[in-house]
Amino acid sequence: MPFVSYREKNQDQNQTRGDTMKTGFWRNILAAMLLGAGGLANGAEPIKIGSFLTVTGPASFLGDPELKTLQMYVEAINAKGGINGHPLELIHYDTGGKAQDAVSFVKRLIRNDKVDMIVGGTTSGDTLAAIPEVEKESIPLISLAGGIEIVEPVKKWVFKVAHTDRMAAAKIFEDLRKRNLIKVALITGDGGFDKSGHEQLLKLAPQYGITIVADESYGNKDSDMTTQLTKIRGSDAQVIINFGFGQAPAIVTKNLKQLGITLPLYQSHGVASKTFIDLAGDAAEGVRLPAAALVVAEQLLDTDPQKPVLLAYKKLYEAKYGPVSTFGGHAYDGLYIAVGAIQRAGGTDKTKVRDEIEKTKGFIGTAGVFNMSPEDHMGLNLDAFKMVEIRNGGWKIVE
Amino acid sequence: MRLAGFYVFAVAIILLPILFQDNYFVTVVGISAGLHVILAVGLNLLMGYAGQISLGHAAFFGMGAYASGILTTRYAWPAPLAMFAGLTVVGLIAWLLARPILRLHGHYLAMATLGFGIVVHVIMVQATHWTGGPDGLSGIPTLDLFGWPVDSDLRWYAVVAAAMLLAIWLSLNLIDSRIGRALRAVHGSEFAAQMLGIDTGRTKTQVFVVSALFAAFAGSLFAHQQGFVSPDSFSLMVSVELVTMVVLGGMASTFGAACGAIALTLLHAGLVVFEDYEMLIHGALLMAVMIFMPQGLFVGLDQAVRRLLRRSGN
Amino acid sequence: MLDQLFQFLVTGITVGSIYALVGLGFALIYNASDVVNFAQGEFVMLGAMTAIALLAAGLPLPLAAIVATTIVVIVGLLLERFAIEPALGASVVATIIITIGAAIFLRGIAMLLWGKDFRSLPPFSGDTPIRIGSATLLPQSLWVLGVTVALVVLVRLFFDRTLVGKALLACSFNRAAAKLVGINVRVMLRLAYGLSAGFGALAGILVAPITFSSYEAGVMLGLKGFSAAIVGGIGNPMGAVTGGLLLGVLESLGAGFISSGYKDAIAFLFVLMVLFFEPTGLFGHKTAERV
Repeated sequence: MPFVSYREKNQDQNQTRGDTMKTGFWRNILAAMLLGAGGLANGAEPIKIGSFLTVTGPASFLGDPELKTLQMYVEAINAKGGINGHPLELIHYDTGGKAQDAVSFVKRLIRNDKVDMIVGGTTSGDTLAAIPEVEKESIPLISLAGGIEIVEPVKKWVFKVAHTDRMAAAKIFEDLRKRNLIKVALITGDGGFDKSGHEQLLKLAPQYGITIVADESYGNKDSDMTTQLTKIRGSDAQVIINFGFGQAPAIVTKNLKQLGITLPLYQSHGVASKTFIDLAGDAAEGVRLPAAALVVAEQLLDTDPQKPVLLAYKKLYEAKYGPVSTFGGHAYDGLYIAVGAIQRAGGTDKTKVRDEIEKTKGFIGTAGVFNMSPEDHMGLNLDAFKMVEIRNGGWKIVE
Repeated sequence: MRLAGFYVFAVAIILLPILFQDNYFVTVVGISAGLHVILAVGLNLLMGYAGQISLGHAAFFGMGAYASGILTTRYAWPAPLAMFAGLTVVGLIAWLLARPILRLHGHYLAMATLGFGIVVHVIMVQATHWTGGPDGLSGIPTLDLFGWPVDSDLRWYAVVAAAMLLAIWLSLNLIDSRIGRALRAVHGSEFAAQMLGIDTGRTKTQVFVVSALFAAFAGSLFAHQQGFVSPDSFSLMVSVELVTMVVLGGMASTFGAACGAIALTLLHAGLVVFEDYEMLIHGALLMAVMIFMPQGLFVGLDQAVRRLLRRSGN
Repeated sequence: MLDQLFQFLVTGITVGSIYALVGLGFALIYNASDVVNFAQGEFVMLGAMTAIALLAAGLPLPLAAIVATTIVVIVGLLLERFAIEPALGASVVATIIITIGAAIFLRGIAMLLWGKDFRSLPPFSGDTPIRIGSATLLPQSLWVLGVTVALVVLVRLFFDRTLVGKALLACSFNRAAAKLVGINVRVMLRLAYGLSAGFGALAGILVAPITFSSYEAGVMLGLKGFSAAIVGGIGNPMGAVTGGLLLGVLESLGAGFISSGYKDAIAFLFVLMVLFFEPTGLFGHKTAERV
């Protein structure tokens, strides 16, 4: 015990007993304080997870459940003693869906808040804007956005956990082939999600032998799409695909019914939330869409490895905030992949954590089973999507 | 002595990064504030001195940004040439637009400029082939000033600060020139100005073009600094925010506009920590400032300081 | 082709009547105060959101609508009393910024109260589409159209036939002169804000079953309503309605025949053209400029 010997030596040097007592006393206090502070610094130094999400603005219904999920699980992890004894600290900024703010906040997270890694980017636009900064600063980023461009080509520090729009397009086309519907009318919005999905649909169509016979667009805040749908009615389409999120797809669905168009309607995974069914009401009956297993968790086979994970997430989220959406699930996946990597890396060394994220294998998340590799920074395959149909105001697996 | 305030401001801008090294609020928020100052000072020439409102200023900002973005990424033009081309195009469009648009007054002018802003924004979103659509255009190279690459936040701070000081200096000089005096006459009463033999149409056109050029210049810098551009940086809300900056700081004062731009940028960066309460506080502050200092922050604070000095003098 | 055209027109009119209804509120406040109230869209949103919340709390729809409208009228009066009146002497732009601040503030409150999800009201008389020839429209659209027409007539009568209405108009023409002839300008301002808040709320409740509502819904509706009011000639209620219908039909025809992606650009280009040739809107006062 070097400290004790130091004190003894010091005592000898002091001339009066009273003096010794006094200095000794203060030294002890000081030592206790130092030890206390040191103990705090060693045992409880938090692991800082940074996040930038779209909690307000048009994409808020994606970002809002994501933030709630992150907060809920950070709290839960800390209640169980954190990671390797370190508590997690979540630092979050709301981008409002503005890409320039996303860049600014990523800089703030890295420079001011000195976070250890970043989980976030609700939209592809936000994520893509932030990527150059993340790559430059060499900090691991797990994005919650859908755009395939995020991980294609592979970027060293960037990973993603949400299904891509290409997967959604492929899943829809697969189902169309099964039903032998090959003449398709597209109707999409003017947001990033819509446009990117639109692009993938156009790109994949020839591979599935599908022809696009009508291609209409609307503004995401429009209140009526009957004009576009009337044009589609005039084409020889056999089926309509609407790729978008928010209230607009619900209006499209209602307008279809109003016009008496009976063609089957496919939506994207962007509407896989209870809100869509509430808004579109009866008109939503029979609408099909590719969705993550989360919305149909109860219908999965008991042998499905995802089922317990999904049910647990659902239970926790619904107890606190109300109906789950698959988007909140992405935050769960992102956070736990990060946590797993930090645990395996035995600390927050950025290079080690990055390497461990890339080695994620067999992680059962809400979006599917993740198997990452140096070539694949997402690690999901098409099975992660279920084709569901809306029946009696609920979701039904139809495959 | 006319430029005394300018020199004080310039010294403060230079000292900031030295006093607070590698500080997010200086080198990141500072750049954004600097660009906003250029925009607000330009808009103030139009609003404060010519008395013409514009709710479409973000369109000129965006056109400058997209010109630089598209020409450098899709056609591999060198950055300065792209910037020059952007300024030329914006200047031309502003000039063509000025005559018919500036015949309008008050709310009709506001509507026309707003409509113009929306048309430009729709094109940015829809002309995916050129603009990259809603997710925007990325991979815009950074500036290279005669072999000095502007590749760090600190360097960008220097460039934007220099550009901002140039804009303020230009504005101060313009106001003191013959055009400036003509402008103020137009603001006071267009009819009276005409009686004095001022070609009000020409004067208004000139200032509209200058104001648009300020915005396009800021846009070009913005594109190179960010490395990407997307339509949401140039929406109607941005136009409204620019008008707010000018009015909040104090119309018809170059420093007032600059002050408003800096205040609103800092406000946004500061309020984000309030999460869900951000909007509430933002709205309440805007109202409070305009109610208690209808002449703007700059004049309001100036008066408050004077009052305080007088009181302490007694 | 003709069938399509007919549907485009019907769609244009139904959408346009929404813009018209919102535009009416702008016209009203402008008449009394010479100020465009940028929080008008937020009145619309508040009306819809309050009614939705009250309905969910168990109130029957008509009662929910009445209570919601009353609440929004009170909000309008509060806004006038605590934000507009203290700044009575300020410039028009300063007042505009105050209304922008108010809009952001109200949006913030709505977000805290009701979250960020979209909500919907049930349609007043079901959603079985009504056929007119080859075109269809929803019964709710008829409600919107009907109420718009009724309000225009009422507003017309109010301004032309009642003393209060005339006093209100006098305030907009010349506030000082109005004061001199004994009109209480403050009371008139309060009246204008209360009325247009009520109009806004009513508009919100009527269109919520068609467009849905969320804390941000006021932005878009406000913008389109403002455009409608200006194109028609601001301050003229009839003009606001014509402007709204015109805008709606243009958007629909633009989407139908040219490009659905560019329809907003087409509509606003047309608005620009209108203003270039008619600098005070279609039915605006051609007033001489004051020297």
